[in-house]
Amino acid sequence: MTRVSTAARDGGYTFAYLDEQTKRMVRRAILKAVAIPGYQVPFASREMPLPFGWGTGGIQVTASIIGRDDTLKVIDQGADDTVNAVSIRAFFARTAGVPTTTRTQDATIIQTRHRIPETPLRAGQILVYQVPIPEPLRWLEPREAETRRMHALQEYGVMHVRLYEDIARYGHIATSYDYPVRVNGRYLMRPSPIPKFDNPKMDRSPALQLFGAGREKRIYAVPPHTGVRSLDFDDHPFEVQKWDQACALCGSTASFLDEIVTDNQGGRMFVCSDTDHCETRVRAGHVESAAGGRDPGGP
Amino acid sequence: MACDDRPLLSARGLTRYYGRILGCRDVNFDIWPGEVLGIVGESGSGKTTVLKCISARLEPSAGTVTYDTRTEGPVDIHRISEPARRLLMRTDWGFVHQDPRDGLRMAVSAGANIGERLMAVGARHYGQIRETATNWLGKVEMDTGRMDDLPCTFSGGMQQRLQIARNLVTAPRIVFMDEPTGGLDVSVQARLLDLLRGLVSDLGLAAVVVTHDLAVTRLLSHRLLVMRHGTVVETGLTDQVLDDPQHPYTQLLVSSVLHP
Ligand SMILES: Nc1ncnc2c1ncn2[C@@H]1O[C@H](COP(=O)(O)OP(=O)(O)O)[C@@H](O)[C@H]1O
Ligand SMILES: [Mg+2]
Ligand SMILES: [Zn+2]
Repeated sequence: MTRVSTAARDGGYTFAYLDEQTKRMVRRAILKAVAIPGYQVPFASREMPLPFGWGTGGIQVTASIIGRDDTLKVIDQGADDTVNAVSIRAFFARTAGVPTTTRTQDATIIQTRHRIPETPLRAGQILVYQVPIPEPLRWLEPREAETRRMHALQEYGVMHVRLYEDIARYGHIATSYDYPVRVNGRYLMRPSPIPKFDNPKMDRSPALQLFGAGREKRIYAVPPHTGVRSLDFDDHPFEVQKWDQACALCGSTASFLDEIVTDNQGGRMFVCSDTDHCETRVRAGHVESAAGGRDPGGP
Repeated sequence: MACDDRPLLSARGLTRYYGRILGCRDVNFDIWPGEVLGIVGESGSGKTTVLKCISARLEPSAGTVTYDTRTEGPVDIHRISEPARRLLMRTDWGFVHQDPRDGLRMAVSAGANIGERLMAVGARHYGQIRETATNWLGKVEMDTGRMDDLPCTFSGGMQQRLQIARNLVTAPRIVFMDEPTGGLDVSVQARLLDLLRGLVSDLGLAAVVVTHDLAVTRLLSHRLLVMRHGTVVETGLTDQVLDDPQHPYTQLLVSSVLHP
């Protein structure tokens, strides 16, 4: 088909940059991914006007699903204002002319690198992850044909070898990012380098979760309300990161905190990595008191 | 159901070509539960080819390999489903490679190497996996204090012991070994052979040991196949074959060992 996009054109781009044929190809991969939760679907990844490592997989997924009625949010490590997030947001604002937002609850599509927002997602929202390495078994098996066979036969015991090794070395499961999960009791999946703190948010989320790996040419998905279980041992159950202090700005004790350096004297403080969540709380009057009173987080 | 009055494994008409090159031709034998079979012959005679075909790592061009499984009784290992075959390979069978790097995960600790098969069949209790792995290190006479060390920090002989422990942890019924003592010093070889002999008899294991070293086979195997140019030229009880070889090639092989 050669139907020209009816969408807004800007500087010669079709709506959301990708041509219609490419979008249809990506959508077919997405549909297959949704039909087989956690299964990595190969797709013909295109050249994008951004370097690999900038989320070209996620961008192609977003470009293929975004419509005129959508509102886009882009985060990088939880923040909306990093170079990566700003560039991707500007890219879609220009090529698709869609409104963008920093507010989680106002977005219909959220493209993310390294975090899941603290504000619980709702039905109808789509979370698009940027994935650098999609294959969870790659660390031990370099051959693609063999990892495919291992997935087909659910030979996942070796993943526990890695967790075993963590405990033997550190006394606990030290893996804290890109923590392996089993989707819908079937496929082993890498959730991309989000902190394991975010893993429980994937489980039975009402939102659709799509994962795009540009360089590795893979798309996978977790459909709404799908079980996502983090691997563990009976005597070393899965646990998320914890902090012994609250966010220095909004007082939340339930969000993922980043340590930031505040001055040249080595002063440091812990603040929410999700900037929208933190600002929303501050605006709503949750301010960390001088006495250090704690305020449970939440939206 | 598996049974003690029929062979554990049978090869019939086993033939394998690599393109036009002959690997082995029309090889027939049975292995009984608890029996150790040696396969000897000079380099290139087809020993490794036979071992790979009977352990499902190589598909024969013709012939069958029947294995008496615990639950289904005898099955043709090249005809059963891939999941069933791979399950057999990592539970009921063991493989000891000449080069430990082919049989060990070099990037993870000794304990993880031993625990892997347990985790592959569903073990999810770290403490229990570790305890079992420690026991096995002891059984292969390794220092249990080195549980968390990487294989590359062990000597060649110790790496072979680790390979053996890693295989035996799921209580396999048959172990396939390709030149298990090759490349080791003579004194290290002797101690490894002693250990293997003890384990095989204590555990009632069946084993197939491929070697070009008749001394190894004299120590380990009950019965012997002598191969030359891809075919079996003589077979019999180990002592019989080595003390009173019938085939001219076997006579040559034996005499070259006795009078190097
Ligand atoms: N992958 C292969 N490709 C081609 N020829 C092979 C291959 N493997 C073995 N051969 C040939 O098959 C014959 C038997 O080899 P092999 O079974 O390795 O003997 P052995 O283990 O007794 O040394 C030899 O002639 C060898 O060169
Ligand atoms: Mg060989
Ligand atoms: Zn905060």
